Amino acid sequence: MRRTRITAAIAAITVATAALTACGGGTATGNGGNKSPKTLTYWASNQGKNLDDDKQKLTPELQKFEKQTGIHVKLEVVGWPDLLNRILTAASSGQGPDVLNIGNTWSASLQATGALLPFDDGNFNAIGGKQRFVASALGSTGAAGKDPAAVPLYSLAYGLYYNKKLFKDAGIANPPATWSELITDGKKLTGGGKYGLAIEGANNAENIHHAYIFAKQHGGDFFDAAGNPTFTSPGAVAGVKQFVDFMASDKITAAGDAEYAQNQSLEDFAKGKAGMLLWQAAGVQLAQRGMKADDWGIAPVPVQSGAPGQGTQVDTMVAGINLAVFKNTQNRDGALKFVKFMTSDEEQKILNGKYGSIPPVTSAQSDPQFSNPEQTVLRQGLAKSAVALPQVAKESQFEDVVGPALKDLFADAAAGRPVTDDSVRKRLEKAQQQMAG
Amino acid sequence: MAATTSATAPSREDGSLPGSARGRKKPRRSYSVGRGAVPYLLVLPAILMELLIHLVPMVVGVVMSFKELTQFYIRNWGQAPGAGLRNYRVVVDVNGAVGSALLHSFLITCAFAVLAVGFSWLLGITGAILMQDTFRGRGFLRALFMTPYALPVYASVIIWAFMLQHDNGLVNHVLHDQLHLTSKPAFWLIGGNSFISVVVVSVWRNWPFALLVIMAGLQNIPDELYEASAIDGAGIWQQIRRITMPSLRPINRVLVLVLFLWTFNDFNVPYVLFGQSAPPAGDLISVHIYQASFHTWNFGSGSAMSVLMLLFLLVVTAAYLAVTSLSNRRSNA
Amino acid sequence: MPSAYRSPTARPMSFVWTRRIVLTLMGLFAAVPVYVMISTSLKPLQDVTDKFRWFPGRLTLRPYVDIWHTVPLAHYFVNSTIVSAAATGLSVLIAIFAAYAVSRYRFKGKRIFTITVLSTQMFPGILFLLPLFLIFVNIGNVTGIALYGSRGGLIITYLTFSLPFSIWMLAGYMESIPRGLDEAAMVDGCGPLGALFRVVIPAAVPGIVAVAVYAFMTAWSEVLFASVMTNDVTRTLAVGLRGYSTQYDVYWNQVMAASLVVSVPVVAGFLLLQRYLVTGLTAGAVK
Repeated sequence: MRRTRITAAIAAITVATAALTACGGGTATGNGGNKSPKTLTYWASNQGKNLDDDKQKLTPELQKFEKQTGIHVKLEVVGWPDLLNRILTAASSGQGPDVLNIGNTWSASLQATGALLPFDDGNFNAIGGKQRFVASALGSTGAAGKDPAAVPLYSLAYGLYYNKKLFKDAGIANPPATWSELITDGKKLTGGGKYGLAIEGANNAENIHHAYIFAKQHGGDFFDAAGNPTFTSPGAVAGVKQFVDFMASDKITAAGDAEYAQNQSLEDFAKGKAGMLLWQAAGVQLAQRGMKADDWGIAPVPVQSGAPGQGTQVDTMVAGINLAVFKNTQNRDGALKFVKFMTSDEEQKILNGKYGSIPPVTSAQSDPQFSNPEQTVLRQGLAKSAVALPQVAKESQFEDVVGPALKDLFADAAAGRPVTDDSVRKRLEKAQQQMAG
Repeated sequence: MAATTSATAPSREDGSLPGSARGRKKPRRSYSVGRGAVPYLLVLPAILMELLIHLVPMVVGVVMSFKELTQFYIRNWGQAPGAGLRNYRVVVDVNGAVGSALLHSFLITCAFAVLAVGFSWLLGITGAILMQDTFRGRGFLRALFMTPYALPVYASVIIWAFMLQHDNGLVNHVLHDQLHLTSKPAFWLIGGNSFISVVVVSVWRNWPFALLVIMAGLQNIPDELYEASAIDGAGIWQQIRRITMPSLRPINRVLVLVLFLWTFNDFNVPYVLFGQSAPPAGDLISVHIYQASFHTWNFGSGSAMSVLMLLFLLVVTAAYLAVTSLSNRRSNA
Repeated sequence: MPSAYRSPTARPMSFVWTRRIVLTLMGLFAAVPVYVMISTSLKPLQDVTDKFRWFPGRLTLRPYVDIWHTVPLAHYFVNSTIVSAAATGLSVLIAIFAAYAVSRYRFKGKRIFTITVLSTQMFPGILFLLPLFLIFVNIGNVTGIALYGSRGGLIITYLTFSLPFSIWMLAGYMESIPRGLDEAAMVDGCGPLGALFRVVIPAAVPGIVAVAVYAFMTAWSEVLFASVMTNDVTRTLAVGLRGYSTQYDVYWNQVMAASLVVSVPVVAGFLLLQRYLVTGLTAGAVK
């Protein structure tokens, strides 16, 4: 009796396992269709001040879409800590939304999973054509030579925000245009509990964005043309070191910034504890923290020397959010209609206006609301001196191994341990080895 | 006298005390009624649930550990190529980056588990012994002590994350600003101190459980033992050493094991405390594996790490039970 | 249990003073974070992100108003209550049956059963998170029963989390209930289930309360599975509380206020049941 039961149990496990491994991700092999043309599920990322705020901003637009097309959109705003996990589990099971927001730096990584609908010419035509989008934004939608996995929805770029009053008090007339100027100014601003530059030292995303731009400015890169990591290339090491040195040797950044990961640097800037800040479209958030629009100014992010441009003169990444269609959607036509709606001139103006970002759609950019000083700096950065983060399948790993590496280096700097070329190289080497695993 | 009481205390078996330890020498009786299907029907729901939620998924997890399950295959992982033992080779290769990081994380976790369980137990037993007598405020204290355990994990860890901030945290405010113990404010959430932080938070959350269990255990010690030893002139400290501690042995045996397993596997505390990436000194293994699989999208090697961790815990538990039952038997003999 | 040796007067002063000092320190350790939680929840966010102060400069109840619309807290609370209560009820019921079998019957495979069930306590959650998710999705595809994203899926997941410990505790507890009782009931014509429900369960109430509280706390606090297996309709508090830290800001004061609000019923219930807990664990753990 016992034997039969055990045998039966083992058989049950085996069968269940075999069934699972055989069908793998369920419907994952399907390529979707149009079985349920009346509804769509949309995962939006958290762009507003909280999830509820996003809901309130998006819902009227979704209702507009329903009026136009008769398609009801079920909205779920997914917080950033959960978004990638939810997408991964959706990809592995085939059970996911129809349309979703993704961080544009994830494009190539998610493209490699095959879970997103490629935007080939046909799909691009269905949403109004590829030429509607700004070229730099399209550069962050997937690996080169492949059909994009997503289309740009909101664009962002970095700018140098500075506190006008602190600058005046320190006798600084103009915002710095090069890093050495920034350090000089930063030293003037530092003292009496105030610091020159606020950095989000424990925030993976912020860290790798800056690390990448610094590496580019030193003629380095974190990946070679074949998509293999080159974290220890001299340019990458020099770039990372220059960034960490703001805290380690220039001392224009407070040691406490090393543990910032929740926008405390924005808080410090808004409170006048730091004179400068590198941020994407900070205006809305500064206002929320009670900093008046007249109190801060914005300038392009500094370069090593000369003026921002391409090559080693880049000064910002192409930041932003892309909109993707899940390949398993049961309403592909509706999903494409929705993408077309969200990237239409009218919605682009409304949505980017609400979020303080820049429309990646050329014809929407000309709207006067995107011509205030802040948007102008960001827009020009995107047009002239922006570079997309590496569009390679391993990009998401890059964020997750280099981000912590920077965090550790800032922790060293904060604790007063020396940060040398050697220590930077060693830490990056470790990160690079983790990529292989 | 005291020696004999200590020897007999744990093995009382007269059954008159509610919940006394089941005696070893008592012959196991089985029921003649319902011998056939009844027990199987009774355990069936439990078996089905365990199969569905734990065993089958675990078998799948083990299968995954032999696969090359990276981002290129997660969408259709039935077709992921087999990796043989490659995932295992990579994660145990202590000279490689992945293996050495795992080993580091494993050692950190062992140290963490030992310290966290040790302190939780120590606080638990201290509290339980000191609160044996009735005194004014005892009920209040007991309620206060239980509160950390009753708070949702997220809430209790986020308070600590708040208090441990470098610039605005309470801990630095007290240690640096008020007591002047440190020459400059310390970092608690990055760098080496993060290990201390995660131990403290874990102890804060877990010791009430130890307290609860030990308080329960103390109720089982018959008063006569204490009375007899008091007549013999034993002081309070002697009583604790000779009666209380030996009597608590069976409870401690289980308590320590359970605490160890929970602490070792703990995901919530380090995950909430450190956010997206744990500092090296606080890189506990469950978060490490989580990052290895979910962040680098390599579920194959993540599963291999989990399987190794499971094997380790099985071995530790088996060894622990063997050793403790041996020493129990010896002390009872 | 009043007896001579327990009267405080019999204690030497050294012991009394040690007790006072040590318990005060332990009380501070337990209380300070709770105090910080309460005081922070009463501060405006501007003050919270400033240097810590023991006594709030400006007091406000605003966070207690804001918490309800920053995230749908009430909704999460209902979800958590449903999920935790259902998981607790089912877990306890299943554990009672299994524990009854383990404590009262000798059957083949019993050893394997107990060992297997106990060893599931050692499974790292991360090992079966993704497989479980896939199984739920596949069950949904084959049978149409939606487990993924539903409360049902979370309920059955959580009930197994507490099942091993519950079975083991209850089996221990039931061992301590004299067998003569259920034998007598059976002589009176009760079946095994009759004996279980009429005799064993009433006698095991403290033990059952103890494991119920444990099962509830386990379900109430779980973060990892809830973060992947819920959507905005079924999200539980444990993950929902994270909604207070967003892209823009961490609403520390609201996190604390919300944590307090949702914890009050739990802490209150916990403290009420505490007495049972102690007696319940008494028997169960001594195995």
